[in-house]
Amino acid sequence: MTEERRELSERNLETKELLRRFLARLELELRRIIPQVIAILLAFLAGAIVLLVTGYSPLEAYGALVIGAFGDVFGIGQTFTQATPIIFTALAFLFAFKSGLFNIGAEGQLLVGGFAAALVGISFDGLPPFVHAPMALLAGALAGGLWGFIPAILKAKLGAHEVITTMMLSYVAFYVTGYLVNYPYKAPGWVSQTPPIAPSAELPRILQPTQLSASILIAVILVGLTHYTLQKTTFGYEVRATGLNPAAAESGGISIKRGMILALVISGAMAGLGGAGEVMGVHRRFIEGFSPGYGWDGLAVALVGGLNPVGVLLAAVLFGALRSGGMTMTRVTGVPLDIVSILQALVILFVAAPMLIRYLLKRGGFKWWGS
Amino acid sequence: MVGLLDIITVGLFAAALRMATPIAFASLGGIFSERAGIINIGLEGMMLTSAFTGVAASYFSGNPWFGVLAAVLVGGLLGLFHALLTVKFVGDQIVSGTGINIFALGFTAYMSQVLWGSRGASESVQGLRVVSIPLLKDIPIIGDIVGTHTPLVYLMLIITVLSYIILFKTPIGLRIRAVGEHPAAADTAGIDVFKTKYLCVMVSGMLAGLGGAFLSLGHLNLFAWGMTGGRGFIAMAAMIFGKWTPFGAFGASFLFGFAYALQMRLQTLELLPPQIILAIPYILTVIVLAGVVGWLKAIPPSDYKPYVKE
Repeated sequence: MTEERRELSERNLETKELLRRFLARLELELRRIIPQVIAILLAFLAGAIVLLVTGYSPLEAYGALVIGAFGDVFGIGQTFTQATPIIFTALAFLFAFKSGLFNIGAEGQLLVGGFAAALVGISFDGLPPFVHAPMALLAGALAGGLWGFIPAILKAKLGAHEVITTMMLSYVAFYVTGYLVNYPYKAPGWVSQTPPIAPSAELPRILQPTQLSASILIAVILVGLTHYTLQKTTFGYEVRATGLNPAAAESGGISIKRGMILALVISGAMAGLGGAGEVMGVHRRFIEGFSPGYGWDGLAVALVGGLNPVGVLLAAVLFGALRSGGMTMTRVTGVPLDIVSILQALVILFVAAPMLIRYLLKRGGFKWWGS
Repeated sequence: MVGLLDIITVGLFAAALRMATPIAFASLGGIFSERAGIINIGLEGMMLTSAFTGVAASYFSGNPWFGVLAAVLVGGLLGLFHALLTVKFVGDQIVSGTGINIFALGFTAYMSQVLWGSRGASESVQGLRVVSIPLLKDIPIIGDIVGTHTPLVYLMLIITVLSYIILFKTPIGLRIRAVGEHPAAADTAGIDVFKTKYLCVMVSGMLAGLGGAFLSLGHLNLFAWGMTGGRGFIAMAAMIFGKWTPFGAFGASFLFGFAYALQMRLQTLELLPPQIILAIPYILTVIVLAGVVGWLKAIPPSDYKPYVKE
């Protein structure tokens, strides 16, 4: 009897302990997620003010946006299609950021990666798909990696600030690919684009009739790989140590320069792979300036995703929805599509200063998170 | 046929000074901000927003000087915002600046669509007229280069000199530099660290605003999508090249201005495809930044860490 009772109470204690741990964990996670969610809400609120002032109805605009992005299978497919390159560029920003570098040039790395993939796609004919497609993907990653290597080596050897060089190289990438697609590799016709890539280099569409392609599967795998690399490998540890405290890392025997260079090359390769995925899965050719700003989306998504690969996945869907739903919104309500960039920037600004949100919450009387 | 050497004319140098003006304004803005310990990567966005605001204000008022005033105000406002986020709320300076840049690109395109029905370009507005400086314009060669410009070019030259005097010859400059280099020591010495940072970042935004106003009102007389085209970043490179000093930054800005002027002349020659020519200033920026920082040992005037009072 007493034995049974003790067992019961022990089990009770165990359950209580588990529950307590669960709640503590939940609180921790909420404390991390809530500011991000509030940043998004505040951005939409500020965006609503912009809409109101310029004579549009925020309810109608946001309504059309949500319906466009999630209203039917086609919309959902397009949302995930738009989210795909953003996942790549967000991971690119995140990986460099973890090593303490700001890669704001994902846009350019995406473009050169896309062009390299297109080049491989149009240059070979008659290869089996399981050879041709990986070749094109690899070319994209290599080109993007090279575009990341230039600012990396300039930073490591000469101390050139990567924020400026990656940005400048984005412009260079835009113009160089612009030249290539307007002169040597231009398809006949008035559009600045290459001829279509060989079918063997195409990534399959996985949700007809939307443009969603197998690129999203690569993106999801890359999310897992990034998480694993950063958290479970020695290299990932070195990268994070470099970012957190370079001096300590160096005295701990980690070569900061090597870490920085590798991180930026990998970062560029990720964005390049994203560009390859766009070319091979969505457009099936390189079109001049095909990116509406996926590089910047990636930056916002990495920040809103709490600089965490899994968070990136969720945030990328949100930003993909902004892009796909935004088109519907523009068509239905006439609101300029650029409101999407405004929302994106507002999210970044609110995420930039968590203290600002804490301050606003305190002002609003929400003491719990503010404490 | 026009040869390569034929484009090296006095007019090219005058164009270089013109093209250097917006970069120099923003570069001076960068110096004020960084000397006080705040990186202002948002110069690009501040310029762009001001370029738009200047055109909008000139469009509605018919007076380009009203546009310049509005551009300066908006630049200062964005500077204040950057300072709020990074000084008061200790947000990340680069994230905040990048946010401002993206906001500027989206907001100006949005407003351009709302006001003029096109996100690509505004209607033409009344721009700033050029003036000739009486005696200066009669000096051979020099007169041809600096004699006839819009007043903002001269304002830039004056502000370059003023910035040098303020930063290096007055107690105010000493305070600013102290706040950037040793905020804790400055605080102990009774300097209001936060107020100094706020003011400097606001001045930074106002100067970037003048650069934006020059681009849209002193140059094209309209607003075009993303018309700053990375000049805010190039201005940062010029600031570093000039070792965070006004004269150095002006010299570097002139170099970049020269690259822009050369680029425009090269386009008329059609020796190279336009895309390659357009990429020149950006490639030059990377080369300058890479070559110079190692060689000149340009050490930032601050570690840019947010200052938190004990």
